[in-house]
Amino acid sequence: MGESSIVVETAERIFADLCDPQTVNSAKDDTWKEALWKALTENGLTLPWVSEEHGGSGASLADGFELLSAAGRFAVPVPLAETMLAGWLLSQGGIVSPEGAMSVAPVQPKDKITLNADGTLSGRAQNIPFAREAQHFAVLAHGAKGVTIALVAAKDCRREDDENLAGEPADNLVFDKTTPLKTGSAPKDFDQTALMLMGCVARSLQIAGSLQYMLTRSVNYSQERVAFEKKISKFQAVQHNLAKLAGETAAAVAAAGSAAETVATGTPWNDETTFLEAAAAKIRCAEAAGTGSAIAHQVHGAIGFTKEYVLHRFSLRTLGWRDDFGNESYWAVELGNRVARRGADDLWPLVASR
Amino acid sequence: MSSLTFDPIRLPETCQALRREARAFLSEEIARGTFDPNNPRRGDSADGREFAKRVAAKGWIGMTWPKKYGGRERSFLERYVLTEEFRVANAPTGVYFTADRQSGPTIIRYGSEKIKADVLPRIVKGEIQFCIGMSEPGSGSDLFAAKTKATKTEGGYLINGTKIWTSNAHKSDYMIGLFRTSAPTKENRRHGLTSFLVPMKTKGITCNQITQMSGQREFNEVVFQDAFIPEDHVLGEIDGAWKQATTELAYERSGPERFLETYYVLTELVRAMGNNPDVRSAEGIGRLVAQLHTLRRMSVSVAGMLEAGKEPVVEASIVKDMGTLWEQALPGNARTLAAFIEQEPGNQMPLKKHLAYATKVAPKLTIQGGTTEVLRGIIARGLGLR
Repeated sequence: MGESSIVVETAERIFADLCDPQTVNSAKDDTWKEALWKALTENGLTLPWVSEEHGGSGASLADGFELLSAAGRFAVPVPLAETMLAGWLLSQGGIVSPEGAMSVAPVQPKDKITLNADGTLSGRAQNIPFAREAQHFAVLAHGAKGVTIALVAAKDCRREDDENLAGEPADNLVFDKTTPLKTGSAPKDFDQTALMLMGCVARSLQIAGSLQYMLTRSVNYSQERVAFEKKISKFQAVQHNLAKLAGETAAAVAAAGSAAETVATGTPWNDETTFLEAAAAKIRCAEAAGTGSAIAHQVHGAIGFTKEYVLHRFSLRTLGWRDDFGNESYWAVELGNRVARRGADDLWPLVASR
Repeated sequence: MSSLTFDPIRLPETCQALRREARAFLSEEIARGTFDPNNPRRGDSADGREFAKRVAAKGWIGMTWPKKYGGRERSFLERYVLTEEFRVANAPTGVYFTADRQSGPTIIRYGSEKIKADVLPRIVKGEIQFCIGMSEPGSGSDLFAAKTKATKTEGGYLINGTKIWTSNAHKSDYMIGLFRTSAPTKENRRHGLTSFLVPMKTKGITCNQITQMSGQREFNEVVFQDAFIPEDHVLGEIDGAWKQATTELAYERSGPERFLETYYVLTELVRAMGNNPDVRSAEGIGRLVAQLHTLRRMSVSVAGMLEAGKEPVVEASIVKDMGTLWEQALPGNARTLAAFIEQEPGNQMPLKKHLAYATKVAPKLTIQGGTTEVLRGIIARGLGLR
């Protein structure tokens, strides 16, 4: 993923034009949202991972991942990642993606949706991002014949509104004998863990992108703000804090990029290295999100704490994304257990396998 | 600015084949009793000189160097794989590691043809050991405060002064040392230092070993009293050594040795936890492995960028800053996680012994080869802050 692809260039142009963070932050209403979504849809950016015959634009996994990094750098406040993931999940079940915004369920590893014998869905999926704004959900369900992918109309399930740290929808969905519009069997070896790992990669890329923005913003702010008769960037304590932020950003960029490359090159979902890459990326990016946001705020002082300043759009989303598709504690326990089962002498061969 | 690049470099299949070969070689060496892989005091137990010669026979010292000096012109990524495998195995690489990593490349770049032809093939054969003469009693991180003098004399220079904290000087055949040939100027305080190749057998050089708090005796005070160094032993520009240390630092700072120094603690922690750890231990191990994996991905990425001819100086400094802090904190983290492991009476676990040693070694990890503070300064400069 060296040179930017045309997909990413288009996306960055749209983000810069239609969801500049400062403009969105000062907007009095949501009219910008419609224009942004329209532009993303018209350019085929909402369904890059869906083939053309299934209603998408058929871009590569790598291009889609780059798109998510860019979305992180702009703290894009529409269900782009969610629609991308939903389209991708539907494709796993051979289901054509409908138009409009979508989200995916479940996003918590321990939530289980059941496919009943009569073809309906039952279960509870917590904190579904942007559920309120989605017309459809791509659902991974467990039935008698294994894993099934289902397309569900938003109006057909019960919703309890909730929100994430950034005030974006993170609603609970209740499937109570809900009849899906379509179902399809998942491919062999594709299960809920695979969905969670894919979600981990997506959120890791968004976190890394957002940290890149926060680093740039914090460096720039430190060169604008004067205190004690000099730019605060000239104080060694501030420089060292920013160097630490650069380090956390670098770790997030490297971990997320490495995991994305692993998935993009077609490593099987049940491969040990896929698990290591995606889980480690989520753990490390979540840690960087905490440490990094704290430094960005510290550098900004009081202004960074206001609603009118743009920093919270990034810091709060970055912190919120930690909780989707399994938080860092969940993945650390899973990874730790796997490492323990392999045994001490098989740890290094795992780490050095790629 | 602040576009940090970490290309997701993958090791090519040639590297993984080399890795298998390295593991087979190391197993044989362990089987013949050359070293104990469970002893992190690399070199204490082992005959490093003989080991170095057998590593050399594999073509693994100076393997990236030009063939005309005995090198194999192999890739930097291949060297990376060997470095990490040898480090994780606690192999006694002390004899050749410094020469292989930095002294040799410095000579290739700045040495005269005569010096190259004389010295490099002997490094490649594993016959000679190098040390680095930088710090002085009054000059550590502040390299350009060095006072040890090289005074011009007939056919060469006379060195007078003292270097300190010089690792393995007492065992070394050569030092690459930084000496003052002129006073600094008002405009450039870095001016006036020259790099020299110093044969350690030279009359007038005395090594006094300094015992470290870990019990190791690597450190030395090296005293120079009218030690004569021939003119052709100058490396690079007179008074201009400060110009010579940019890209090389990226190699020196980003290798796997910058986060694997206490790796043995993690291995023993996993062993002590067993196959079915409690939730607290599992989470702790999971986080440590995620952090280690990330550091390695960053480090491999820098190696790949160097191989591709880029100069990721800031990225390399970030790897060393974060890597050394991680390996330094590892003993403390392992101690916390191991707090509730049942200890059988009379059964001294290796973990306890390893923890004690790693805890005593830990403080130096963020000091040697550029302190945390110096590295953060370099990163800050890369961010455009200074």
